[in-house]
Formats: sequence, structure tokens, C-alpha cells
Amino acid sequence: MKSLEELKAIREKMQGQVGFRDEGDDGIRVVVGMATCGIAAGARPVLTTLSDKVQEKGLDKVKVVQTGCIGLCKYEPIVEVIEPGKEKVTYVHMTPDKAIEIIDKHLVRGQVVSEYTLDMK
Amino acid sequence: MFRSHVLVCGGTGCTSSGSAQIIESLEKEIKKHCLDKEVCVVKTGCHGLCALGPIVIVYPEGAFYSMVSVDDVPEIVAEHLVKGRIVTRLLYQETVKEDGFTPIVDTDFYRKQHRVALRNCGVINPENIEEYIGTRGYEALGKVLKEMTPDDVIQLILDSGLRGRGGAGFPTGLKWKFASGNRGNVQKYVCCNADEGDPGAFMDRSVLEGDPHVVLEAMTIAGYAIGASQGYIYVRAEYPIAVERLNIAIGQAREYGLLGKNIFDSGFDFDIELRLGAGAFVCGEETALMTSIEGNRGEPRPRPPFPAVKGLFESPTILNNVETWANIPQIILNGPEWFASMGTEKSKGTKVFALGGKINNTGLVEIPMGTTLRTVIEEIGGGIPNGKKFKAAQTGGPSGGCIPAEHFDVEIDYDNLIAIGSMMGSGGLIVMDEDNCMVDIAKFFLEFTVDESCGKCTPCRIGTKRMWEILDKITKGKGTLEDLDKLEELAYYIKDNALCGLGQTAPNPVLSTLRYFRDEYVAHVVDKKCPAGVCKDLLSFKIDPEKCKGCTKCAKNCPVGAISGEKKEAHEIDTSKCIKCGVCYDNCKFDAIYKV
Repeated sequence: MKSLEELKAIREKMQGQVGFRDEGDDGIRVVVGMATCGIAAGARPVLTTLSDKVQEKGLDKVKVVQTGCIGLCKYEPIVEVIEPGKEKVTYVHMTPDKAIEIIDKHLVRGQVVSEYTLDMK
Repeated sequence: MFRSHVLVCGGTGCTSSGSAQIIESLEKEIKKHCLDKEVCVVKTGCHGLCALGPIVIVYPEGAFYSMVSVDDVPEIVAEHLVKGRIVTRLLYQETVKEDGFTPIVDTDFYRKQHRVALRNCGVINPENIEEYIGTRGYEALGKVLKEMTPDDVIQLILDSGLRGRGGAGFPTGLKWKFASGNRGNVQKYVCCNADEGDPGAFMDRSVLEGDPHVVLEAMTIAGYAIGASQGYIYVRAEYPIAVERLNIAIGQAREYGLLGKNIFDSGFDFDIELRLGAGAFVCGEETALMTSIEGNRGEPRPRPPFPAVKGLFESPTILNNVETWANIPQIILNGPEWFASMGTEKSKGTKVFALGGKINNTGLVEIPMGTTLRTVIEEIGGGIPNGKKFKAAQTGGPSGGCIPAEHFDVEIDYDNLIAIGSMMGSGGLIVMDEDNCMVDIAKFFLEFTVDESCGKCTPCRIGTKRMWEILDKITKGKGTLEDLDKLEELAYYIKDNALCGLGQTAPNPVLSTLRYFRDEYVAHVVDKKCPAGVCKDLLSFKIDPEKCKGCTKCAKNCPVGAISGEKKEAHEIDTSKCIKCGVCYDNCKFDAIYKV
């Protein structure tokens, strides 16, 4: 390594990974239902897609976490987006493709993708 | 990319309670559940809460699991990592809330801390240089080599007010300035003192184990500032994990071109080598340390000449402690004003303390200078176990002194501690309660110095031994009041005449206990009593016949058969046979045995 640019490139590559271990809980929480019902309905690829894309895009205020069964098993896989000061948004019947849409529209631009939310069913 | 990071502490404390096996088991279980592409296991440095080790933290949730055993691993993987259900029973008790858990930074132990030197410990994988770079590592070095002159660097360190964290508190910038003349024309050296020898202090070990690159980066910066091309880290061979990680770090830094020739294409060359110490306490003294690096027997030499003029191999040398080095890159990146905004008027920044002794949260804490002893012990340290009363805190190890309860609200900094007869030292802080005998404590520390005295100068070699003998006499109930005067006279004589810092400070534990706890010395001498019930020659064990139920447990456990009595009747101790081992006292269920 001979230049500051090279150092910066490594730093940016690693920042997402190390920043992942941030203790703050003031950002957006994306919660994926990962009980037996969720996993059976395909929640795992949804969870990994969300987690990968959030890190790829460097959305350091967003945390993708798992939770257990919330009781709406027939709507699984369920993803909830919880933002401080805003009403919780619940997305149902998620797939990896829909998850990518939610990241691009909801998490990046702040537009709720209402066609996938629970109240539309 | 991983959706979850499982951090396992790989510091010495957690390693000795089995964290390596936990890592192995985690990796196996994660693979079994086919999560190895989703979840990574990271071995980190010390988190500070050593009393609760082994520690496992799962991100992104930030669930802080304490006292984890290998048997708990399948549950953590199956519940938390597969199904997202926090294993509440393993959470650090302080973080548990009714509806989940609070982040670890909001607990009493962490809330008042401010981590500068320890910022990466427990956060990054110390064996991966890229994780260090990810937390702005080597950015300070880049800035220094590309944008600053060597004199700028020295001025910046001077402006920050940083003082040496090894004990004496000499201004770091000044040390560098003294060694900065004649750059480029003479051979110079940069050394790191990692010969941490104070009983109870382990912050340097934690930095080396948890964030080794910070030391390499800082030493390289100093090399540029004074015009040196070679650095040495003198580290104890008793710190095998630190040595291993330093070796890995040096190898990676060379591979990335951050050590070696022409760093950042600036024309500046710098390299670092390790030297292992064989465990002599005196080798933590700067001149003895350099003598040892030179390959000679580790003995101090008189100063002046100071190392900045004539140090290692008779060349100008700067020598700083590990914790001092750990502050340097942060000062360069955040500016001297940032650093000077923390702490007190004459002691800037933060200080790491190793909490030990009679305290609930044994471990490492980093606090801004000027925090009171009360805050450190009662809030961060979680107070004294078993509802006992605070008696004194010992700082500075064998060179320091005891701080009694009357100074509980003193703001900790270099000058305040000296004023009350103790010293900062390297930051060991041993808490003592009412069950500790102060004469015995003084004797313990003196025994350490007698053992570790290198023998080069008479005051230290013979003087400390004579002091120890007087203390031993007192603890055996054979002391006189004249002995106390002799002890004091000898102490001041040694302070004035010993060759090096070890000898000059060796009498401090005695002087400070004489100053604050003279009544305990007098009780030993005049009343032939040890008020705390520690000195065996001055106490005997008795059984209270009212409380004794005649369970026979004491009689069965007594190793010398000194206890007799019928079943279900009060027992008795034959004091002529009793060796005062205390087994009966510790084992009595009815508190029937007492010390007099």
C-alpha cells in the first residue's frame, strides 16, 4: 500500500462490517419473523437478502434483526419496519425480491410500499 | 456478507475460562444449522468485564451474554441465531429488562466510562489488520506522513497535554521534543514499554491483545517525529497471547507496507521488532529495560544522561508505555483540543484502571481523569461484595499507596494522588474492605519489592529487606513503638538514596499506611491485636457455646484435630494445637466460631 486512497478503500470496505457492531438503538429496526412458521414459509432467504443489501448499501442506521412468532402465521414471512417516532409498518408474504423493493423504496427513500403491507390484505 | 456477528472475548481472562472452546463449539453448531454463510464468529480482545467472562456478544441485536459455558452454545445457536429468540437466562443481569434488554453501554459499568485507549478492545478482531483500518486505523499515520512536519507532530502532542501512562506522568510531547534534535544524522530508537509488572494491573496486556496495531501505528508516528527508523517493543514472555497477536500484527503491517521502507511513498522507513522480557519487575524501569534489550542483565543505570540523550545502544531513545501509545492516533485524528477537553487542568484525557480486590465488577475501566474514587468503586465497580465496608484503595502497585475512606471523593489525577501520598502508577486499583489488615498489605507489597530488587544499589537491596523484617516482627506481635520510628526513618532514607524508580518508591506502601492507619500499627504493637483478624500470630479462634449446635463439622474438618466435643453439644478448640488455618471458621453453618 502506497497511498491514502488505498487505505481509504479498505476502510470503506470494512466500515460496514465493523459498524455492524454498533451499540446505538436510535435507528430503524427491520424485524424478520423467524419462528418455525416463518422459516417454513421462506423467511430465511428474506432475512439474508435484507441483511446483505443493507450492508451493501451502507445503511448504517438500519438494523436487521430476527424475532419469534408474532401470531399471524398465515401471513408469514413477515417483516416489520420500526422507525422511532413513526407507526410500525408490517409487510407480509415477503420474498427476497419484495425485500429488495422495500429496501430501495422504504429504507432508502422513505416511501412505504403499501401494496405489500398487512392492511392491504 | 454476514447477517449476524458473534463476538467472543479472546482476552486472557476469558481464554482461561474457556473461550477458545466456546469459539470451536460455536463454529461447529453454526455449521450444523447451515448458518456458516450467514453468521460469523469473531474473536476479539477484552471487554473489561472480566469478572463475568467468558463473554459472548451477538450483533446486530447487541445481546451481551455473560459467564457462557460450552454447554450453553447449542442453545444460543438454536434459539438466538436460528429463531431470533434471545436467551434471557444468559444475558448480563444488568441488561435484562421486562420486554427485552438494554444495550450494554447503558449499564452502570459502561455508562460513565469513556473509551479512548480501549476503544477497539472487544470490538474488532485483533488478528485482522483490515478491521483495524475499518475503525480509522493507520489514518493518523497517513495524515502525519502526508500533511505534517515532524515538528508539527511534536507540537500537537505537546498541545494535547498527554502525560505518560506508565506511572510517573511525564509529558509525552516533551519527551519527544528532547529526542528530536539532529534528525537524519544519528541513529535513534523508539521503544514501547510493555513490561507490565505491577501486581493487579493488566491494561497494557489488554491493549496488546485487543488492538495491537494501535501501538505499531503510534510508534511509527513517533519514529517520524523524532527521526528514528527502528522500534522495539519490550513485552513480557508471560503474555503469550499478546506476543502472538503482536507478531501477527507486525507481519500484516509489513505485508500492507505500513511498516518497512518508504511508508505511504513518503521516503520514511520504520520497522519494529519484539524483545521478550523474562519477567523481572525492574525491567519495567526505563534504563533497566533498555539494558535488557541490549542483551545485558536488566539493571538500571543512573540518570542523567536521560534516554532522550543517551538511551538504547547509547543513542537518543524515546520510551513510552503501551497505554500512552494507544492514545496517540486518536489525538492526531481528533485534534489536541479534543483530547485536552477531557480530564482535569493538569491531567488530560482518560486513564484505564484495573479494578481488583474486594469489588463486584473486577475488570478494566477507562474513565476521564478527575472522576472520583467513589464513582469508580460504587457506580462503575458495583461496590464492595457482601455488604462490607470500604477501607482503602491501593493505587500504583508496589510503588503507590493506600487511599483511605476519608479521601473517597478525591478526583483522580496525577497530582491529587501524589498529594494524598499515593500515585497513579500504571493504574492498578485494588480495593480493600474491613477484613484487610493494612500492616499485612504493606508487608505484602514490600515482600514483592524485596523479591524483585535487582540488587545493584544498597538502599534497595538491603534497606527494603530490613523494612520487611520490621513489618514481619510487627505482624507477629513482637514489634515496639521504636520500630515504627525506625521503619519511617529507613523508608525516607531509601526514598532519597535508591538508584532507580523501583527503590525510590518501594517504601510508599509503608509510608501511606503509616500515615492513614497508624492506629492499626499501634494495635499490633501495643495491644498485640490485629483489628482485621488477619495476622495469625495475633488471633485465636473460639467457639461460642450458645451458638454451637454440636454438628461436629468443624471437628471433622480440622486438619490437626484441635477441636473436640460430643455430638449435639458445644465444641471447644484447643488453642495449643490450633494452627489457625481458619477452615472451621469458614465452614461453620451457625456462625458459632469467632476470632479474638
